[in-house]
Amino acid sequence: MHARTSLTAVVLATLALAGCTASGAAPDAGTPTPVPAARAVTLEDGWVKATDSGMTGAFGRLANAGDADAAIAHVATPAAGRVELHETVEDDQGQMVMRQKEGGFTVPAGGGLDLEPGGDHLMLMELAGGIAPGDEVTLTITFADDSTLEVTVPAKEFAGADESYAPGHGEDG
Amino acid sequence: MARSARDAAAHGLSRRQVLLGGALAGAGAVTALGVERAVGTAPEVGSPRPGPGAVPLADSVIPFHGPHQAGIATPAQAHATLVALDLGPATDAPALRRMMRLLTDDAARLTQGEAALADTEPELAAVPAALTVTFGFGPELVRRAVPDGVVRPTWVRPLPAFAVDRLEDAWSGGDLLLQVGAEDPLTVAHALRMLLKDARAFATVRWSQRGFRRAHGSEPAGTTMRNLFGQVDGTANPVPGTPDFDEVVWARDGWLAGGTGMVVRRIAMDLDGWDRLDRGGREMAVGRRLADGAPLTGARERDEPDLDATGPLGLPVIPEHAHLRRARSADRRERIFRRAYNYDDAPPGGTVSGSGQLFVAFQADVDAQLVPIQRRLAELDLLNQWTTPVGSAVFAVPPGCAPGGYVGETLLG
Repeated sequence: MHARTSLTAVVLATLALAGCTASGAAPDAGTPTPVPAARAVTLEDGWVKATDSGMTGAFGRLANAGDADAAIAHVATPAAGRVELHETVEDDQGQMVMRQKEGGFTVPAGGGLDLEPGGDHLMLMELAGGIAPGDEVTLTITFADDSTLEVTVPAKEFAGADESYAPGHGEDG
Repeated sequence: MARSARDAAAHGLSRRQVLLGGALAGAGAVTALGVERAVGTAPEVGSPRPGPGAVPLADSVIPFHGPHQAGIATPAQAHATLVALDLGPATDAPALRRMMRLLTDDAARLTQGEAALADTEPELAAVPAALTVTFGFGPELVRRAVPDGVVRPTWVRPLPAFAVDRLEDAWSGGDLLLQVGAEDPLTVAHALRMLLKDARAFATVRWSQRGFRRAHGSEPAGTTMRNLFGQVDGTANPVPGTPDFDEVVWARDGWLAGGTGMVVRRIAMDLDGWDRLDRGGREMAVGRRLADGAPLTGARERDEPDLDATGPLGLPVIPEHAHLRRARSADRRERIFRRAYNYDDAPPGGTVSGSGQLFVAFQADVDAQLVPIQRRLAELDLLNQWTTPVGSAVFAVPPGCAPGGYVGETLLG
């Protein structure tokens, strides 16, 4: 399954690159216009864990069809006061904890970044209210080049993704 | 993807070979990193693998989207589980919409051999094995979807009580029906697990019934099923893909256009009582030969029975009380499409048989088509001596949906 997903991303990358070349209208052969990151990156199979209150995670696979790495500057959603980019790591007691990722997320050119329970993910904090199963949540992903990608993903009931949150890593904002 | 993989499989390529071929063809245009990743995650390419001929069902995919839901005209798979759910008190029309979007998305992915969103066992989704998921709406769901309206169509309600019924609540009713069928029971179990996890916030399981037929490939496709009495069962069915089938099965009006009516009845079969009957008696009870299902007046299974034929003593060859005779009507409208399953559960204490049939019938109008047949059979049918309806439920099966849509959108908006 994993093999299929990553292969799909490679094929998509090929197709998208061909498209960019055709539509780029190369104004000057020496200085190709950089493609905005938001046009090169997609969020595939995205979903949010439904919850009654507090905080929750958003997951999926970010795929970058462009030829430049795409760094995520920040993410916003009407569903939450704040969205953090989290990683899941082992702390000095051997516990898996999640914490903000130093330097944020970068989706490699021609590659992808899996956001999954127990791994890298988007953390939705200061929720405006509960997120019910089947609700649609809109995420606005802003990249380092200021381009923005808006995606809408469903909320699903999910038992996992309950790793404890590492204290002292921005919990109180 | 699953479809193209299946097409390729017909030409002797494995799914992985196809995918890798596609990836490598584009390798010149992508970074070396991407290619490394692709090759690195498919280490078994090039190593000896069983050919696709060895796993004929691995890529067997039934399309999910279309004007009708799958699992009705689809040839009955070897395994099916039917689950009825009761809606929670807070599950109103907007919640029904959210629920059906989630369940539709699960079904659309799983039937195509793809993992559902948030699937914690994605490997189990990789073998679709002709998986279908069919949704049916019970009376209460329809009522909640249209709060101030009358439930339409009016036949979306329990069947009238029949004298032969010994119905138990545990096998009757339900607000939402899931019919999950596949040629592989592990596929059925995983699909059901995903669906029920996503339904859990909206509804609770009322009953669950598991059925089976012959394994895929153990009989030629199209062979009429046998029930646990050993009878050929379902000969008179209309044939999917014919105008006759379309007329019997598909509703034509309103939100249900392209959908159908579904009746699920659990029929306990008294195998011990049936044992006391000799072969001649068994054939008289139905009016068909056990060996091949041919009517007692005919030579082949599909021969038209001659209801006027009499024997040497002047008695009808097909008895007046035979099931075949009682089930038929001169009114061609009184016909149904049966898609039944056998069940064989743990025997109740002190017995050796907990067997029967999950009678599943599809028809455009339950009241006009099934009820008259059922009434005749309840009044008089030799088979009643060995069969007892212990469960009964009626559902409206909405039409199918297009990609991006969801099952139930014609009712829920």
